Amino acid sequence: MDHLDQLEAESVYILREAKAKLDKLAILWSLGKDSNVVLWLCRKAFFGHVPFPVMHIDTGRKFPEMYAFRDRYAVEWGLTFLREECPPLEATDPTLPPAARSAARKTLGLKAAIEKHGFEGLILGIRRDEEAIRAKERYFSPRDESGQWQLKDQPPEFWGQYMTSFPQGTHVRVHPILHWTELDIWKYTRREGIPVIELYFAKNGKRYRSLGDQDITFPVPSTADSLDAIIAELETTKVPERAGRAMDHEAEDSFERLRTAGYM
Amino acid sequence: MPQASGAAEARPLRIVIVGHVDHGKSTFVGRLLHETGSLPEGRLEAVRAMSARRGMPFEWAFVLDAMQSERDQGITIDTTQIRFATAARPYLVIDAPGHKEFLKNMVTGAAQAEAALLVIDAAEGIQEQSRRHGYLLHLLGIRQVAVLVNKMDLVDFSADRFGRVAEDFRAYLAELGVEPACMVPISAREGDNLVRHSPRMPWYQGPSVVQALDSFAYTSLPVDRPLRMPVQDVYKFDQRRIVAGRIEAGRLAVGDTVLFSPSNKTARIRTIEAWHVPAPPGEAVAGQSIGVTLDEPIFVERGEIMSHVEQPPVLTTVFKARIFWLGTTPLRIGSTYKLKLATTEATAVVEAIERSIDTAELRSLPPDRIERNGAGEIVLRTKRMLALDEYTANPTTGRFVLVEDHLPVGGGIVSMEGYPDQRQLVTVRATNLTQVGHAVSRTARAARNGHRGGVLWFTGLSGAGKSTLALALERELFARGFQVYVLDGDNVRSGLCRDLGFGPEDRAENIRRVGEVAALFADAGFLVVSSFISPYRADRQRAREAAGEAFHEIYVKAGLEVCEQRDPKGLYKRARKGEIKEFTGVSSPYEPPEAPELVVPTDELAIEDCVALLLRYVEERFRA
Repeated sequence: MDHLDQLEAESVYILREAKAKLDKLAILWSLGKDSNVVLWLCRKAFFGHVPFPVMHIDTGRKFPEMYAFRDRYAVEWGLTFLREECPPLEATDPTLPPAARSAARKTLGLKAAIEKHGFEGLILGIRRDEEAIRAKERYFSPRDESGQWQLKDQPPEFWGQYMTSFPQGTHVRVHPILHWTELDIWKYTRREGIPVIELYFAKNGKRYRSLGDQDITFPVPSTADSLDAIIAELETTKVPERAGRAMDHEAEDSFERLRTAGYM
Repeated sequence: MPQASGAAEARPLRIVIVGHVDHGKSTFVGRLLHETGSLPEGRLEAVRAMSARRGMPFEWAFVLDAMQSERDQGITIDTTQIRFATAARPYLVIDAPGHKEFLKNMVTGAAQAEAALLVIDAAEGIQEQSRRHGYLLHLLGIRQVAVLVNKMDLVDFSADRFGRVAEDFRAYLAELGVEPACMVPISAREGDNLVRHSPRMPWYQGPSVVQALDSFAYTSLPVDRPLRMPVQDVYKFDQRRIVAGRIEAGRLAVGDTVLFSPSNKTARIRTIEAWHVPAPPGEAVAGQSIGVTLDEPIFVERGEIMSHVEQPPVLTTVFKARIFWLGTTPLRIGSTYKLKLATTEATAVVEAIERSIDTAELRSLPPDRIERNGAGEIVLRTKRMLALDEYTANPTTGRFVLVEDHLPVGGGIVSMEGYPDQRQLVTVRATNLTQVGHAVSRTARAARNGHRGGVLWFTGLSGAGKSTLALALERELFARGFQVYVLDGDNVRSGLCRDLGFGPEDRAENIRRVGEVAALFADAGFLVVSSFISPYRADRQRAREAAGEAFHEIYVKAGLEVCEQRDPKGLYKRARKGEIKEFTGVSSPYEPPEAPELVVPTDELAIEDCVALLLRYVEERFRA
């Protein structure tokens, strides 16, 4: 087994644990490279099927390429697709910096969607290497009744035994690709031939490393216009992945505040 | 599956950094990232700027402490994961917290690691968490350890000081059976001996930290051990019925005959299923998450372990374990927990605590409980039969987690020392039998004999008085006209069970045969008095099942000290000297009956009174 095989086997194991032990789960589909890999891994785990509803929390501000991608593959991959809307900016915490407020809309939309469908848990494509605070995450991460992440008092997780039963009212986040890196994602995408949104490829000397809302996501300088070129670029770059995410640069604790409050 | 090709595909070696709070783990990692050129662009400058803005002197640890709360508290509160690369290969660093309160986070981090660096402050020397972490690394199964004696700049790079700390710690680790790969004197803050040898410690000839790291080996997947695939789930998304799981050990091929435990069912592998692969796989190996279809529609469910028929896992309801404890309430005898082992879950009761250890001092505590952050040796019993392995034989199916109120509170590794494999209990070898119905009824036999047939199953320690009582009872009952016969250990061993030894499995088989013979005697109308230590509850339960209602468990009860004092055959003395191995009560467990029909306390009553007690019991229960 090579490195990618091992990553895949671990993720498949986690997805199957989630399916076996938790009820009412949904996959959160951001349309980006990571959540596409999660969907792909689901089909690996469940032999071509995605046995969970797949939900897109729509801010209404995504790039047109992203909507086109979504509408095509929701059908082609036979997904049970759900689209949920986000509340307006005015509904968010006014003490957050502007870009973080914009991102916080998604958290509110998510909370409403969870309530509406009665989901007990969500499967998310976050990775430890994305952002320092995400490095602290568990594969199975409980949120308390108010949706808060008790990051200072997380359950221990060892020997492939995850926390899979919870007190009433707990909401669970399952992170099947937590141990992957950005480079792993691209190498796996290349190996498996997973479709990706064109925005990741360089055009006029710029490309998107990470895709969010149009107003708070910016392209970074790059000439990588193919999967091979992206992989070559990542093998040498020291520019962080979320360099093009505005909110990450506003204040030291933006991300932490968002995440503790339930941000993905 | 494709094999790894070239260095570009090399996966990172997972290492954990542990040690006492403030001994410099985060400083070390921050500096190591810098020394190996692994810091993201701008991170060092950003942290320097942030320190200046806050009016704090720059610290290498800030490079890692990206979290607000962490900087405020000045301690690492959870494991973080950082990547770096040496010229040889990439690494994934798990920086585990050194504070006592966060031992569960240390365990979370360390359990993922293939090697460990244990950091000790040269000035402060070995502290509580240095020892605790050393102990836990061992229990978590991490065998590759390098010790870094840090802050050498604070002790003037003294070879003497280094020697003392290193020697003390080597001695401690030796007690645990851990041999460190090396001990490196470093100054994390100033970068000495991290990559290159420091000119300030010319007396040190061993490897630098990076050299030590590069000498560690990847943990290899146990492809050559016996096959173990714990069943995760059974899927029926389409016309296929797929048994899914991860192969934890061994290998598997289409056409293999496999055994599911504990249900003890067999089937053949018809296909190995996979999605989006060039061709259907013909075989699979340890580490792969797979799915198989079987040639027969047998009922299999999550929690079973799939193996080959020839090398099955152990089946048992009781085992010993070495555990570490993270629960806020201590582990106690009689407490019940949810046990999770591979994909199975079972209710487990702590039957005994054989040892309780304070891992900070490595001293034994009174064995009535195991405190938070402590360790120990316990006996666990489950209601349901479990399929598992001795930890040393197959680690992934030989370790478990205990859960209380939904939270994982402890972890342990399995030892079957002194306990038999109970697989024979569930295995019926001959299947095409038709039992003969007897022409003479049980009632008719009882009417002629004047009493019903039955089994008086004496159990108790060696020297408790089983044989003495059995023979006295036999004499008395015979005189009263009973059809009575004693089955005794030595008599049976010289004939019926001549082929058996004294290991746990053979002892279990010995008792199984006696149980079956006793049941036949009882059916023939006899009153059988069987006199065997029969230390295992599971074996006595099986004897009970063989004889049905005719079975009466008689606990011939005397404390170990009393029996040892009596020592009629001199066996205890020999066992204490180590001349007899696996001697019940000394080096092998005795499981007292939970609900015997009768208790005969030979350490409280005279022999005549014991016999009288038994006679009364027999007259009441068996006289027709």
